[in-house]
Amino acid sequence: MKSAVIVFPGSNCDRDLAVALEQVTGRKPAMVWHKEAELPEGTDFIGIPGGFSYGDYLRSGAMAARSPVMRAVKDAADRGVPVIGICNGFQVLTESGLLPGALMRNAGLSFVCRNVPLKVENSQSLFTSGYDAGEHVVFPVAHHDGNYQADETTLDRLEGEGRVAFRYLDEVNGSARSIAGILNDSGNVLGLMPHPERVIERAHGSMDGRRLFEGLLETVA
Amino acid sequence: MKARVFVTLKSGVLDPQGKAIHHALEGLGFSGVNDVRAGKLIELDLADGTSDSDIEDMCRKLLANTVIENFRIERLENA
Repeated sequence: MKSAVIVFPGSNCDRDLAVALEQVTGRKPAMVWHKEAELPEGTDFIGIPGGFSYGDYLRSGAMAARSPVMRAVKDAADRGVPVIGICNGFQVLTESGLLPGALMRNAGLSFVCRNVPLKVENSQSLFTSGYDAGEHVVFPVAHHDGNYQADETTLDRLEGEGRVAFRYLDEVNGSARSIAGILNDSGNVLGLMPHPERVIERAHGSMDGRRLFEGLLETVA
Repeated sequence: MKARVFVTLKSGVLDPQGKAIHHALEGLGFSGVNDVRAGKLIELDLADGTSDSDIEDMCRKLLANTVIENFRIERLENA
């Protein structure tokens, strides 16, 4: 699996994502600077990492979503290349229109930084095939703007089409329908606020996130 | 020429920051505050002759997230 991790000014979880990908796939991902107009030839997986791209100025992920590299990411996504957006990456995906809705300031107004229990709502997607349907996992979150909102029609459609990938089991940030992660209509783009790349080895205290990347490797490679 | 863009949350979108400001005002003793919603002001210094539709384009494409925000443009002639 030939991965690319996009790096924006202010991204800070790009290395963690790269480490997770290298550990699971055996291959170092390409780190692609946001100003690049093209992705490396043969890229078959794209990761948009967490962090504070552009300092979260204007809106989290707003300016990153308009970076030159995002044209190439959108084209690849349209062709069916799997794309994951984690935390700030999820914000970039909604701002770029690759996923519906928006991530707003946490309802409690505080930055939330803790391990949260999640339910795997859709275990059929290429990202979640390593999990059982309805499985409970624990991923860490660390965000200020993780409150997922969309209009009722969109939310109903996401639920109805099985595009809610992960749901919070506790109150975390006020997200509508407790949505933690969603898929696009083709199922090849996943955005989620929690950080699977932070729970992939024993030293992390949990390895719940590893199966996301292992499942991907199995379906993509 | 200068223009001001006011970006506000669409009505119906929950505004916890507005709520926090509301509570803080009440805490200061202002009793007649019914509701508070907070938005943004973006001031643009533009080349003369920039069209209304150009400014609207800026709003739709970047300055406002039209999923959750509205925008209002104020041109400041002779500013």
